[in-house]
Amino acid sequence: MQTKLSLKPITLVLLLITFVSFGQHHDTKSADNTHDDATIDKAEERKQYINHHLKDTHDFTLFSYTKANGEKGHIGFPLPVILWDNGLKIFSSSKFHHEEAVAEHNGNFYKIEHSMVYKTDAAGTITYDDHHHPTNVKPLDLSITKSVFMIIVTGILMLLLFRGLGKSYGKNNGIASGLGRFFEPIILYIRDDVAIPNIGEKHYKKYMSFLLTVFFFVWFLNIFGLTPLGVNVTGNIAITFSLALLTFLITTFTAKKDYWQHIFWMPGVPYLMRIVLAPIELLGIFIKPFSLLIRLYANMQAGHIVLMSLIALMYLFNSIIGSSLSFLLSFAISLIEVLVALLQAYIFTMLAALYFGMASEEHHHEEAH
Amino acid sequence: MEIPVMVGAGLVVIGVGFGIGKIGGSAMEAIARQPEASGKIQTAMLIAAALIEGIGFAALFAV
Repeated sequence: MQTKLSLKPITLVLLLITFVSFGQHHDTKSADNTHDDATIDKAEERKQYINHHLKDTHDFTLFSYTKANGEKGHIGFPLPVILWDNGLKIFSSSKFHHEEAVAEHNGNFYKIEHSMVYKTDAAGTITYDDHHHPTNVKPLDLSITKSVFMIIVTGILMLLLFRGLGKSYGKNNGIASGLGRFFEPIILYIRDDVAIPNIGEKHYKKYMSFLLTVFFFVWFLNIFGLTPLGVNVTGNIAITFSLALLTFLITTFTAKKDYWQHIFWMPGVPYLMRIVLAPIELLGIFIKPFSLLIRLYANMQAGHIVLMSLIALMYLFNSIIGSSLSFLLSFAISLIEVLVALLQAYIFTMLAALYFGMASEEHHHEEAH
Repeated sequence: MEIPVMVGAGLVVIGVGFGIGKIGGSAMEAIARQPEASGKIQTAMLIAAALIEGIGFAALFAV
C-alpha cells in the first residue's frame, strides 16, 4: 500500500515535467517566429538541438529557453568536473556557464568545445589545425557527466530494487512482495528462457549475474532515455563498447578447450577447409561483440533522432496541423520505442547468453559432427 | 561516374527490409503450423532479425 501511495506523486511530477518542458519549447518558438529571415537559422538550430541532445554534457540540463531580453535560461543542475591535469582538479561545471564560458580553477583556464574540455588561456582561445581539430592541451577528463550521473542513479536504483526483492523472500515465506512481484517473472524468464536453453543446465549459474545485470541495466537506461530527462546513455558508443567488452572478456576467459578447438582446428571438416576456416573463426571472436555494441548504439541513437525530428515537426510546420501531426507521430513512435527499449535489452542478453553458451559447451567427440 | 554513398545505403536498407520481412513472414507461417513451438520460433526469429539489422545499421553509419 505504501509503495502505491509514493508512486502516484512521482508519476504526477514526471507528467508535469513533460508538459512544462514541451510547453516551454513551444513558447520560445512562437515568441520569435515573426521573422522570416530566421527560417534557415531555425533549421540549423533544430539540428544543433538534436545533436546536442545526443551528446554527453558536463551539466544536467532539463531544458533551456530564451528569455524576453534574448538571454538563454537553463533549468537543471551542475555536475562535478574532475580533471587530471598535473594533479587532480575538481570544480563545479556551473563555472562553464553551459559550455559557453571559460572556467577558472587555481589559475588554470578550461573551455568546453564539442563536449570536450580543453586547457586555454584566460581569454579562452582555441587554436585549430588544418582539419579543424583543436590543438589545445586536452586534460584527462574523469568528470561525472550526465551519462555517468545516470549510470550511478540506475546502479543505486537496481541495488535498492533487487536487494529489496531478495530480502522480501526471507520476510514473506518465499513470496516476493511489492515491486518485486513485477520483476520476479522477468528474472525467471531470463533464467528459464534465455540462460538455460542457450548455456545449458550445467554451466548457466555462473553467467546469470552478468546476464541479469546487463539486461536490467540496458532496459532501465533505455527507458530513462525516453523520459523527458533527456539522457542518451545507451545511445553512447563508449557505454555500449564497455558492455560489449565485458561480454568479450567473459566469453574469452570462461571458454573451454572445445571452444578454442572449434576456432583453430574445426573438427569434422576436411583438412584444407580447417585452414580456411581458422582465420574466419578467429575474426568472428571480435565481430560477435562488435555487432553487439553497434546494434544497441545504433538502435537507441536512431530512435532518439527519429523522436526528436518528429517533435521538431511542430516547429517546422508551425500550425495546428503540424502540431497535431507531430504529436500523433511522436506518440506512436514513443510507444514503439518503449517496445524497442525492452527488445534491445532482451537481444543483448540473448546474444550474450548465446556466446557464453558457445564458450562453455562441451562436445562428445565420439559423435564427430 | 560515381554512385553516391546514400544510394548504396538505400539499396542495403531495401535488402535488409526484404530479409527481415522474409524472416517475419516465415516465422508467422511456422507459428501457424505449430503454435506450441511459438516461443522457440520467436527467439530464433529475433536473433536472425537482429543479425540482419546489424548490417543495415552498418550501411546507415557509412553515410
